[in-house]
Amino acid sequence: MATILIRIDSTPISAWQLLDQFEQEHLADNKLIGACSVFTGKMRSSNQDDEVVTMTLEHYPGMTEQQIRTQVDAVISEHPVDACLIHHRVGEVKPGETLVLCATWSAHRAQSFRACEEIFEGLKSTAPFWKKETLKNGDIRWVETNTKNPRP
Amino acid sequence: MTITIKYFASLREAQGVAERTFNSSEVTTVADIIAQHEMAFPENTLISVNQVYAYPETTLSSGDEVAFFPPVTGG
Repeated sequence: MATILIRIDSTPISAWQLLDQFEQEHLADNKLIGACSVFTGKMRSSNQDDEVVTMTLEHYPGMTEQQIRTQVDAVISEHPVDACLIHHRVGEVKPGETLVLCATWSAHRAQSFRACEEIFEGLKSTAPFWKKETLKNGDIRWVETNTKNPRP
Repeated sequence: MTITIKYFASLREAQGVAERTFNSSEVTTVADIIAQHEMAFPENTLISVNQVYAYPETTLSSGDEVAFFPPVTGG
């Protein structure tokens, strides 16, 4: 049974501290793990050639966690891992800050690499988060990135 | 039938409210809500019923929570 932790929080995060804490709390006794794959997504100061000063993330509480969990379960049934940690920021985020952390642990690298990538791609295309940007010129706009239609 | 409707992101701003209650005896599916809804939704609107992705043809029961929102942009 994999250890899965999904957190959505408005507090700025250090991905590396979260990883360390997760390993200490959940994986300290598991000496069979030989691989950990990590993706961290950070906020950029530029989008569509405009300078972005802040980004505000909104989500659908409850559905977001449930949708990510569904995604994680589907991926790890194909690429079994020992653990998965996902932490996503909401609220106001500044350029350079970490927006999202996705990490997986497994005995060998293949499973953790694949699971990490597929879980993250699934999160991007199906988890109900929305980004709103405040530009340096004062304009405010929703990010309308084309995403795959997530209907089942 | 009583349905709770939620709107998120740009759709919430367009509606001016985050949530409303919909009462109608003439509702069987999500498509019926869309048809009776005062404001038309953009073509790329996504739908969930009880926090699971759904279709216009998804059947509803009284007490269900239906949400309408634009394409997601997390990560």
